[in-house]
Amino acid sequence: MSEFVQFLMSGLTVGAVYALVALGFTLVYNASDVVNFAQGEFVMLGGMVTVFASAAGAPLPLAALIAIGAAIVVGLMLYWFAIAPARGASAVTLIIITIGASILLRGAAQIVFDKQFHKLPSFSGDAPVNLLGAAVQPQSFWVLGGTAVIVLALYLFLERTLMGKAVLATAANRLAAQLVGINTATVMALAFGGSAAIGAIAGILITPITLTSYDVGTLLALKGFAAAMLGGMGNPLGAVAGGLLLGLLESFGAGYLSSTYKDAFAFLVILGVLFAAPQGLFGRRAVNRV
Amino acid sequence: MISSTPLKCLVAAGAWALLATTSALAQGTVKIGSVLSVTGPASFLGEPEDKTLKMYVEKINAAGGIGGKKIELVIYDDGGDANKARTFATRLIEDDKVVAMVGGSTTGTTMAMVPVFEEAQVPFISLAGAIEVIDPVRKYIFKTPHTDKMACEKIFENLKQRNFTKIAMISGTDGFGASMRAQCVKVAPTYNVQIVTEETYGPRDSDMTSQLTKIKNTAGIQAVINPGFGQGPAIVTRNYAQLGMTATPFYQSHGVASKSFIDLAGAAAEGVRLPAAALLVGDKLPDSDPQKKVVVDYKKTYEDTAKQPVSTFGGHAYDGLFILVEAMKRANSTDPKKTRDEIEKTKGFVGTGGIVTMSPTDHLGLDLTAFKMLEVKNGDWTLVTPGS
Repeated sequence: MSEFVQFLMSGLTVGAVYALVALGFTLVYNASDVVNFAQGEFVMLGGMVTVFASAAGAPLPLAALIAIGAAIVVGLMLYWFAIAPARGASAVTLIIITIGASILLRGAAQIVFDKQFHKLPSFSGDAPVNLLGAAVQPQSFWVLGGTAVIVLALYLFLERTLMGKAVLATAANRLAAQLVGINTATVMALAFGGSAAIGAIAGILITPITLTSYDVGTLLALKGFAAAMLGGMGNPLGAVAGGLLLGLLESFGAGYLSSTYKDAFAFLVILGVLFAAPQGLFGRRAVNRV
Repeated sequence: MISSTPLKCLVAAGAWALLATTSALAQGTVKIGSVLSVTGPASFLGEPEDKTLKMYVEKINAAGGIGGKKIELVIYDDGGDANKARTFATRLIEDDKVVAMVGGSTTGTTMAMVPVFEEAQVPFISLAGAIEVIDPVRKYIFKTPHTDKMACEKIFENLKQRNFTKIAMISGTDGFGASMRAQCVKVAPTYNVQIVTEETYGPRDSDMTSQLTKIKNTAGIQAVINPGFGQGPAIVTRNYAQLGMTATPFYQSHGVASKSFIDLAGAAAEGVRLPAAALLVGDKLPDSDPQKKVVVDYKKTYEDTAKQPVSTFGGHAYDGLFILVEAMKRANSTDPKKTRDEIEKTKGFVGTGGIVTMSPTDHLGLDLTAFKMLEVKNGDWTLVTPGS
């Protein structure tokens, strides 16, 4: 039992991070049809800026705010200077632009920061909490709680505010949204800024557990993308479910099967799911009108 | 470097004689090449190596160079890419016409460059870890860092002294972790050590509690070994403490032998043991230790100039450069073939990695004494007293 809980908590914690990255993908994808492969770099920025701001003397909460702010600025710049000028280009072109942006950001981080690994202190100490016989890092609860808060906030924003409705409308049909007077450029800027903020928060929450360096974003983007595909690209709920599921698959795969093949196992399951349901678990069914 | 005038004259005369005979050497400089992974994923290796080489070449030149000839250092950055490394190696041989090479940050880049130097018959002192570089022995290839096999042996030697025979291994699937794991599995029977259970993790994984829980629930484990590299071992160490496994002795490898490991793992690193070069504990060595002066000097020079904590990787470059320079001085020549012969005759060279005595069958020249067994205590390294 304690073994099961240990694997469960480990999987949920890692999964929550994948979920946040997947959520960032979803937000941008909905507003602009772009799969933003620089999403992982926002996570890196969140962690790295916090590390360096707090090393420069800023208290942790302030450093975290600076990091989120910095990520939002980078996210907006990515939109205004790279995505917006290429408006009208095909989705593939835009995706390639984001891959370029991700390489640029990683390179810049190498120069601005350094190439070492860094850590942040855990928010509530390092003494493990005993949960049904499993030893859990207190930071895991911060990650899970933070993810829950972000998901809830995003839900409320999308469902309960006018601006959120505008995002949903743009996601549903950009031309129609423009015709009813929605400023889709603002919506897209909002999506990029918002996904950058979500990424940065994820980075700050996980750095005490996973450590950070200039290149942590690559693998997270890959896993987050897999999670988003698994849950159904474009569905926020699917992104969260996909992320948690991927984390659990890895953890239980390593625990009950073989740690050597845990990634292979996780990706096999994803392939299986996508084979049975090409739109992902919660994806929109593509309907062809005749 | 050389203070006695007669020797200087001799060296100069030797150099002069060569100048007269060999046109390739007529430029009045000694061209030494280097291909390092200064950027990219292995930059933590390449960067200190790059700084060390530049720093000491400047010093050697300021002191008169090799027999009056200044060293001209040609460094290329392969970004950790073996294909690029090979291209640069060819460029060093064909365009730059270097007489020797000190470089090759990773095993991958080194092995890609080995054929180029073997074919051109130019000595190549590698800075890569794996034993494949010098086993089997290749005529022109040497290396300075300890091998992972030695690290395994050092750990097993310590296990034997503590009467432990049943161990678990959790290794990274990166090149370093996989190679060291294989070496440990190979030498374990020699030390009467039984590897009861084995786990792995990906080099970028952020949580290893699942693997460690399995090890924890395996009965009879007396010690755990973690061959790995980068941030992985730091996370394993933290998870190890999180799961309350610290009662079982825990061994890391020389792959994490740097201060940043203690910083990253924090309090969880207490009690962790690992084999490492003397460089890490230079100031704690007894004065009688022959390496003390070399490592303390190198540490001070590096930290004063580079403004960052010393790493063993930069030390490997220091050893490689001076083994080469001393060989050239002994050979009274910078001719690649004569230099090679003298490198192979290196005897009792005191470097940061240990005391090097090479032979035609041993192009590394280090034995187990080159490793010190260290334990983390109060956030710092301490030497483990032999037999405990």
